[in-house]
Amino acid sequence: MLNKLLWSGIAIIGATAMGIIALSRGESINALWIITAAVCCYSLAYRFYAAWITAKVLVLDPTRATPAERLNNGHDFIPTNKWIVFGHHFAAIAGPGPLVGPTLAAQFGYLPGTLWILIGGVLGGCVQDMVTLFFSTRRDGRSLGQMARDELGPIGGIAALIGTMTIMIILIAVLGLVVVNAMKHSPWATSTVMATIPIAMLVGLYMRLIRPGRVLEGSIIGVSLLLFAVFAGGWIDDNAILRPYFDHDGLSLAWLVIGYGFAAAILPVWLLLAPRDYLSTFLKLGTITLLAITIVWLRPDIKMPALTPFIDGSGPIFGGALFPFVFITIACGAISGFHALVASGTTPKLLANERDIRMIGYGGMALESFVAIMAMIAATVLEPGVYFAINSPAGIVGKEAAVAVAKISSWGFPVTVEQMQQLAQQMGESTLFARTGGAPSLAVGMASLFASVFGNSLLALWYHFAIMFEAVFILTTLDAGTRVGRFMLQDMLGNLWPKLGETSWTPSVLLSSALVVSGWGYFLYIGVIDPNGGVNILWPLFGIANQMLAAIALSVATGILVKSGKLKQAWITAAPLLWLLIITSTAAWQKVTSADVRLGFLAAADDLAQKLSLGLLPPEKAMAAPTLIFNQRLDACITLFFIALLWIIVFDMLRVCYWHWSGKPVLPLSESPHMPSRLVEDYVRD
Amino acid sequence: MPLLLEKILSKTKYAWAILRQLSGDDAYERYVNHHSLCHSDEPLLSRSAFFKGWQEKKWHGIKRCC
Repeated sequence: MLNKLLWSGIAIIGATAMGIIALSRGESINALWIITAAVCCYSLAYRFYAAWITAKVLVLDPTRATPAERLNNGHDFIPTNKWIVFGHHFAAIAGPGPLVGPTLAAQFGYLPGTLWILIGGVLGGCVQDMVTLFFSTRRDGRSLGQMARDELGPIGGIAALIGTMTIMIILIAVLGLVVVNAMKHSPWATSTVMATIPIAMLVGLYMRLIRPGRVLEGSIIGVSLLLFAVFAGGWIDDNAILRPYFDHDGLSLAWLVIGYGFAAAILPVWLLLAPRDYLSTFLKLGTITLLAITIVWLRPDIKMPALTPFIDGSGPIFGGALFPFVFITIACGAISGFHALVASGTTPKLLANERDIRMIGYGGMALESFVAIMAMIAATVLEPGVYFAINSPAGIVGKEAAVAVAKISSWGFPVTVEQMQQLAQQMGESTLFARTGGAPSLAVGMASLFASVFGNSLLALWYHFAIMFEAVFILTTLDAGTRVGRFMLQDMLGNLWPKLGETSWTPSVLLSSALVVSGWGYFLYIGVIDPNGGVNILWPLFGIANQMLAAIALSVATGILVKSGKLKQAWITAAPLLWLLIITSTAAWQKVTSADVRLGFLAAADDLAQKLSLGLLPPEKAMAAPTLIFNQRLDACITLFFIALLWIIVFDMLRVCYWHWSGKPVLPLSESPHMPSRLVEDYVRD
Repeated sequence: MPLLLEKILSKTKYAWAILRQLSGDDAYERYVNHHSLCHSDEPLLSRSAFFKGWQEKKWHGIKRCC
């Protein structure tokens, strides 16, 4: 009875908060309403929807031995306490994506992105992560690609493999671009981010040679050094001799990031990647917790309107209308296909009991979705004029500050040159105009929030702390992604010449690392030289790729549900799949065929080619034009490729379902046989 | 009062154990345990040799997302 009252209470509070968010127009609303709506929404979905799915659709069996128990080998298959698994799983899925996506999508106003994060999260992303985790657990922790091959057939398997490889390339390129834009002409940010490399190596050496395996000691030393690097960056910024060494334009920084990526891919794991990951994980968890506490403590007002005029597709940050682009821009945080790669393969090998699947799969994603909500709040508590001044590329609003503010103010978001200058000065930057990519505006938002609690004099420190925090785990994703790409490539090349498949043969390591790095390096280079800011091109491409991967995961899940005789309940994955199909196909169609040069790849290429042939371009733009034209056409091909891959796998899934339904033979379910669990509850679970 | 203190102490110990396990700080101790239970006939790796292999293995698959 008390329980019922409690949940009715949560439902009423959640509905009220949701109503206030959705209906308030004109006057500003408090961020606490968004937090309240989000917390109630996740709790209710977790308590009822997720519980219903686990009990009635997946039918979790706590008496069944998990792969960790059956195959326990002491290193990758180990039955583990659920909180520990939750920690590992969350650290693996929560990257920079849920921070950047909502920041960019705030150009439509706070409402569309917030609703998509909440609804997409509880009905899409959380379900995808949970069912993938469940199916992989029932199949000895097999990867998504293997499950696609076993359950649907070879076509599905190949599509999943190629999809994973390409998404990795695009993802690393766009994240590299975010870091480059955050460091551009900022000696403080550049020196601090650069310092993280020797610091990570120092920690690596400490944990390898001085005190082997003492992870916590090494991490404490490393995090202290990182905090010191934020201070030291300020001194470098003030020092006239050192300053020029760290003051670079985008292109030089892009080359540095590319060189770094190559070095990181061939250096031993213990020297750079592993220690950097410890530092980034501690920083990430600490900063996100601090942000949550600060928002609840300060209860700031949201200054962005619920909807902006840019829902028609004329937005400065990226081209494209509210439908479908809000759903493409916010992938991580609502539904992210990448999670299916972690939820299959890594996490299932640690599960001690099937009943932990709801908390780890559904709960882990709900928490990541909440991170996206906080990023949305941090972006929308800024004055909208300031937000647009930071995030709009110079190619759209003009290079001169006065021209840019006039243009932004003319959209109805007043901002002045003095205001921006003062803000830049407070943040310890020379300028904050056209700092695209989302990281600087998120850092300004976070710094303002933190400074309101801890004092305004520390604004510049907080700003560069936030930049360092974002850069550290973007670089971790970059290292780890390049390495995974390298292994996958070596695996494929091994089919051509077995010697190339040996992961420790140096020529193969160098060749495959160089290939992967030049893959993402190319897109990063183009993104940097693009006058409209590469984010406009790369982020939607990444979103489409990520949603395509999610669609593959949902197709595999739907196929398995139908084959298990659960046709009637298969909508739990089929409905989000249908929605993804609609938005990804529409977005891809518009990106390829739209006549709007800011939206359509081909239109932009033709427009530029025409201007080039008529001699309308200034010399430096004419130099880059052929590369940009080629790239736009390449992007159109890649988009079509993604969409073809997506439809192939969906049709393959429908074929399997139809054959199963009409009684034709299909591949049998590859579920491992039931074995009773012999683990004593208390032994591993608490 | 000592009862409360004891409770706090045990909670802190538990949190510390969780933190050590999450970060992998106690991975070697757990390996030694597992080794003595299941593979006592094989040679035991040194702390630094175990740690090297443990990290290599950890970073072979997809461990970090967007």
